[in-house]
Amino acid sequence: MTAASRPTGFIAGAVITGLFIGMAVIAQYWTPFDPRALLIADKLQAPNAHHWFGTDQLGRDVLSMIMLGAQTSVGVAALSVVIGVFVGVPLGLFAAARRGAIDELVMRGNDLIFAFPALLLAILMTAVFGPGAVNAIVAIGIFNIPVFARVTRAGALQLWTRDYALAARVAGKGPWRISWEHMLPNLVGLLVVQGTIQFSLGVIAEAGLSYVGLSAQPPTPSWGRMLNEAQTLTALAPYLALFPGFAVLLFVLGLNLLGEGLRRRAERPA
Amino acid sequence: MTAPLLEVEDLTVAMGAARIIKGISLEVRAGEILGLVGASGSGKSMTALAVMRLLPQSATMTGTVRLRGETLSGKGDAQMQAIRGRDVGMVFQEPMTALNPLMRIGDQVAETLRLHRAVSAHEARHAAREALDLVGLSGEQGALDRFPYELSGGQRQRVAIAMAVVMSPPLLIADEPTTALDVITQAQVLLLLRQLVRARNMGLILVTHDLAVLAQLADRVAVMQQGEIVEQGAAAQILRRPSNPYTAALLAAAALKPKRVAREVGSPAVLQASGIIREYPRHRRSLWRAAAPVRAVDGVSLTVHAGETVGLVGESGSGKSSLLKVILALERSQAGQVRLLGEEFSGAAAVNLHRLRRAIQVVFQDPYGSFDPKWTVERLIAEPFFLLNAPPLAAERRRKVAIVLEQVGLSATDAQRLPHEFSGGERQRIAIARALITEPAVIAFDEAVSALDVLLREQILELLAQLAERLNVAYLFVSHDLQVIRAIADRVYVMQRGRIVEEGPTESVFTSPRHAYTQALIAATPKLGVN
Repeated sequence: MTAASRPTGFIAGAVITGLFIGMAVIAQYWTPFDPRALLIADKLQAPNAHHWFGTDQLGRDVLSMIMLGAQTSVGVAALSVVIGVFVGVPLGLFAAARRGAIDELVMRGNDLIFAFPALLLAILMTAVFGPGAVNAIVAIGIFNIPVFARVTRAGALQLWTRDYALAARVAGKGPWRISWEHMLPNLVGLLVVQGTIQFSLGVIAEAGLSYVGLSAQPPTPSWGRMLNEAQTLTALAPYLALFPGFAVLLFVLGLNLLGEGLRRRAERPA
Repeated sequence: MTAPLLEVEDLTVAMGAARIIKGISLEVRAGEILGLVGASGSGKSMTALAVMRLLPQSATMTGTVRLRGETLSGKGDAQMQAIRGRDVGMVFQEPMTALNPLMRIGDQVAETLRLHRAVSAHEARHAAREALDLVGLSGEQGALDRFPYELSGGQRQRVAIAMAVVMSPPLLIADEPTTALDVITQAQVLLLLRQLVRARNMGLILVTHDLAVLAQLADRVAVMQQGEIVEQGAAAQILRRPSNPYTAALLAAAALKPKRVAREVGSPAVLQASGIIREYPRHRRSLWRAAAPVRAVDGVSLTVHAGETVGLVGESGSGKSSLLKVILALERSQAGQVRLLGEEFSGAAAVNLHRLRRAIQVVFQDPYGSFDPKWTVERLIAEPFFLLNAPPLAAERRRKVAIVLEQVGLSATDAQRLPHEFSGGERQRIAIARALITEPAVIAFDEAVSALDVLLREQILELLAQLAERLNVAYLFVSHDLQVIRAIADRVYVMQRGRIVEEGPTESVFTSPRHAYTQALIAATPKLGVN
């Protein structure tokens, strides 16, 4: 096996990603402590045998908060990818199947969304419609739409030049059916790769939005807000910033390794 | 006797455990053309790549390669880079992908020069101009600032040759350089290669599957089969008296005997095209005036009778493919009409179009691009059932797929496999099965055997002749290859620049062509006879 095809990064990425998603799922049923319980008596404990990651200024268990925070992070990122896929992919297929003026319209519409700095507009949207996880999902999701539309269109345009698209037309199939039966299945690999990348960008975006208080609202824990709250206490309790910061870093790293590994797999000839 | 230009000794190439080339030795002298011939998968292209050390990463290579006495096998990548292009030029099969689509042709030719020699942009451009002139791309068609997509396949191949010879390398390797080209262009490119070799005293390794190509060109021939050279010697000798049975088989396939006796058909017409005009809009050059459209098909009429095999022959760019798209109702023509089974097809309403489509099916050239890689063979073959009002249910569908699979010489158990598990020849059989499934009256073949090597071509043509006999299905056989048309067609149409210039029964067209273009085509077709 050559260096290029060695899947170390892919496996590491898959393990890290699996770990975080597993953590988010477990947090639904069990956390070491109740992350919403305030126990001022236990506040600001450094990591110890009892509280592995320590406690914050209100005595909440940091590990439990990180676990529930993973839920917010995974939830927001995943749903925003879903929005991007469900709107962007049909748009891309549509543009590639119809070409001409409609294609132009769809793609220039995408450019319009692309022209705005994503995070800034997300902040604007949450500012107008009010902060909260749902609005964060919609805001991030909207920026996933043109990404998926473009990737899908580019891939589909290429597939339309294949003889099997022509053969399907000779078999009397229309552009929608061909898009559904021939284009989409052959684009899945490409879309999974892009989905992983958008997922990691979604994790960062969610952390950014919750850092400025525009994502999930208290008492739901989120990594961004934990970072924000830890900021004032860096001198006193540096570990408070360390753990959520590290969680974002590791998760995004894992997703990127996974995405890169998937991309290599997709590119390898069958 | 001069020392050999290139010596290959005991060359072995392995991919994992599989040995692809099994210890072959050959040599090429200056001014000599060595033909390396074999079926696809025989290792001939791998040999060419091994000399250039362009093998895939997973391949391992042993043995010695010496160029002008200098051993190449031990050289590092950087040294090989300097040698490629400067000492060994290479021309690949596919002129469509051998060029960088985003680079002007003049720059591409100049790039080879600038990579190896410190020359000014002006000098490089001058040299590129000369090289392009040399390969016959002068005047407007060879303008340096043209992009590859503006050129035809033959012109692109000329650009590729210009790139290969701009450094005047002593050795040129051409891997199926004319396989993707039509006969007249092929003859021109072969002639060009021969002239270059003689004028510059270059050595040339010409890799091909078609012995007829070598007959007029090669001084010596090496025949490869499954990674071994089974016969090697003077071209005249091998072509006249092959001592190896495999060589004999290749020769027989290259000669391409007619597959059946051409018949006079008195049956009714199943497909009639009349006065077809197909124009494509051109990008406007001027802001004020719309550019005149390109007329790809210019008033073509043709008829296919029930059970008849009609050949449509012409160079690439003659409008064959555009005509076929109109006939298949995939594109609309600007004028004219296509009638299928006596009903109007080309401009028919969607419902009628759908109903009539089952009467005409198609087989494409590329056995690799013709199938959705994710679909099983059964699903692929059954796809045209979509045209039926009542598509057969699963069990019936499976039975019908099994029948056509057996008709094309595959087995019913192949139905559950995926296309990538099949070889090029087998895939073309699957494509034929797909075309047969709706029991059409006509099947159109768009260069359907052009991507196959001579042995497979022979087999597929044999199969088609049998099927036509047995199922009484008519063929519209579109090809640039006159030999193929001659072997299979009852009647031929010759197409040039969008018009039909000659038509008639196959033998009379081939033995006494009336139109100058037909005569030129026939003259350009490679013949096995050695002079």
